[in-house]
Amino acid sequence: MLEETLVLFKNIRNPEYDKSLAGYKKSGGFKSLKKVFGMKPEDVVQEVKESGIRGRGGAGFPTGLKWSFMAKDTGKPSYLVANADESEPGTCKDRELMLKDPHLFLEGLMIGSYAIGCHHAYVYVRGEYFPSIKTLNSAVDELYADGLLGPNPLGSGFQLDITIHTGAGAYICGEESALLDSLEGKRGHPRVKPPFPAVSGFNACPTSVNNVETLACMPFILSDGGAEAFKSFGPQNNSGTHLVSLSGHVNRPGVYELRMDVNMKDIIYDIGGGIRNGKKLKGVIPGGSSSPVMTADEVDVLYNFDDLAKKGTMMGSAAMMVFDEDTDVVKLLHRITRFYAHESCGQCTPCREGTHWSRQIVRDFLSGNGSDEKLKLLNRVGGNMMGTTLCALGDAAAMPIQSFVKKFPDEFRKYYAIA
Amino acid sequence: MFSKDIQTQVDKLLSRYPIRQNALIPILHLAQNENEGWLTEEWMQHVADICEVPLTHVEGVVTFYTMFRIKPPGKYHLQVCTCVPCCLVGGTELLEHTEKKLAIHAGHTTTDGTFSIEEMECIGACSNAPAVIVNEDYHEQVTPEDMDKMIDELRQ
Ligand SMILES: Cc1cc2nc3c(=O)[nH]c(=O)nc-3n(C[C@H](O)[C@H](O)[C@H](O)COP(=O)(O)O)c2cc1C
Ligand code: SF4
Ligand code: FES
Repeated sequence: MLEETLVLFKNIRNPEYDKSLAGYKKSGGFKSLKKVFGMKPEDVVQEVKESGIRGRGGAGFPTGLKWSFMAKDTGKPSYLVANADESEPGTCKDRELMLKDPHLFLEGLMIGSYAIGCHHAYVYVRGEYFPSIKTLNSAVDELYADGLLGPNPLGSGFQLDITIHTGAGAYICGEESALLDSLEGKRGHPRVKPPFPAVSGFNACPTSVNNVETLACMPFILSDGGAEAFKSFGPQNNSGTHLVSLSGHVNRPGVYELRMDVNMKDIIYDIGGGIRNGKKLKGVIPGGSSSPVMTADEVDVLYNFDDLAKKGTMMGSAAMMVFDEDTDVVKLLHRITRFYAHESCGQCTPCREGTHWSRQIVRDFLSGNGSDEKLKLLNRVGGNMMGTTLCALGDAAAMPIQSFVKKFPDEFRKYYAIA
Repeated sequence: MFSKDIQTQVDKLLSRYPIRQNALIPILHLAQNENEGWLTEEWMQHVADICEVPLTHVEGVVTFYTMFRIKPPGKYHLQVCTCVPCCLVGGTELLEHTEKKLAIHAGHTTTDGTFSIEEMECIGACSNAPAVIVNEDYHEQVTPEDMDKMIDELRQ
């Protein structure tokens, strides 16, 4: 069987691992932070740039570059906010990190805070993640008791506080500007950009929002030789190992840590143990529910940002949802359209109206009232949301619609009205 | 209105943010827990005073987020996920089964106030689907039989 490459899951895969602060330190924890405290912040950012890491939250933006955009000398505090909203359907990897190795993620958050000069970092955790919230809060308490948080962590004199903040149920709060509004105590409405958070974020101060997994990579990247090693785990521009959330009709669903030069076919048939009940593969939604769907003939491709983009789809949050030959893709699309209709924040007309219209048209098919006209209309309603909205939820809602219509037209025909 | 213990938590929360309003959502969670899982206008007003924002602002926030409730849930709040991965492996059927067993639809509470059901969007347990949260606890790879057993046990 194809092996995992263990960087983030090194401790988690060790059955004897004790996730307390003592256990984490015993496994070599906080060595990188100690090293980082001896470096200049801009050199830390430079190392992160050299590792080539791209954000794991969905957009794949280079983390080092993002940190270098932080406005300096503004006279205002700077903030680092960890995005632990994890709500993209299919994605369940940040939860593993928070529950099973909280200090790895927190060390990463501390490294990031030092790099951008943040003295109070926030972790925005989705409210439904009760177990993760408890685990993180006890981990933070341990850090304060040890002196790793507070006025003088590891004798560095770098004052650092961390607060675990609970959300309250809204997918849109994963979008970074909505997240910041929510953190401020408001409804989670995406903001007009620019200004970007690096200039005006939390309480109008310079802010970087980074995904939990992105931050959890930092202790490795900042270890000796870490940036080079990280880069070697995948093709150029697709650095590092990453966590793949595998779900749906495979024999062995799970969260796996893989290099970025692994073939998608092998993820399904080797790591995932193939399709359940000896069935055949029909398709895969490769990177969270927003990513364009792929058919069974398209899965012979390396699972990384650029190779999937070349195939006209995206890796997003690396959540692969696999479905077998018996799946009714019109019903599947209906479920996806229901999701976006429920989650649209309602600020932009194309998204607010388009998500509801598309759901209704797909429902119309399901009640046996489909037609060529309606299929075209569905595609058009999707197209009207592409690139016309304030935040990427509009695109996210459009991409599944347009790709399902394009890749599986025959399935929709089954629901045409009989003349 | 908060009990003494919880008031300490409220004060601690307020000390963690630059502006009182920033602590609004975490404090609303505490208020909701104090009031058996839902928020009355009186509670919202109280939290509004604490965070120094108008009541209308609090109402806007409460109605935006799915976890805040303005009517009482059951003693056991069954949150059944039917989003994409769960739907692929029986989440929808599990929800229908639960509705039938309790003779209520999602969004409703049994007349004795014991159970309520909520249909959930992805709750982040997709590789162990279908998933259910009961009050604050995750249950994963739940079959209709597991659900029956759980409900029967909770009923006692
Ligand atoms: C609708 C929407 C939902 C999102 N949800 C999440 C999420 O749950 N978690 C996350 O890390 N990023 C999410 N993002 C991406 C964030 O906006 C942001 O790009 C990311 O947190 C940046 O972190 P990274 O650079 O480490 O990837 C979402 C974006 C959109 C448009
Ligand atoms: S695209 Fe949709 S979710 Fe995003 S801001 Fe506009 S209405 Fe809100
Ligand atoms: S879809 Fe149900 S937990 Fe993700």
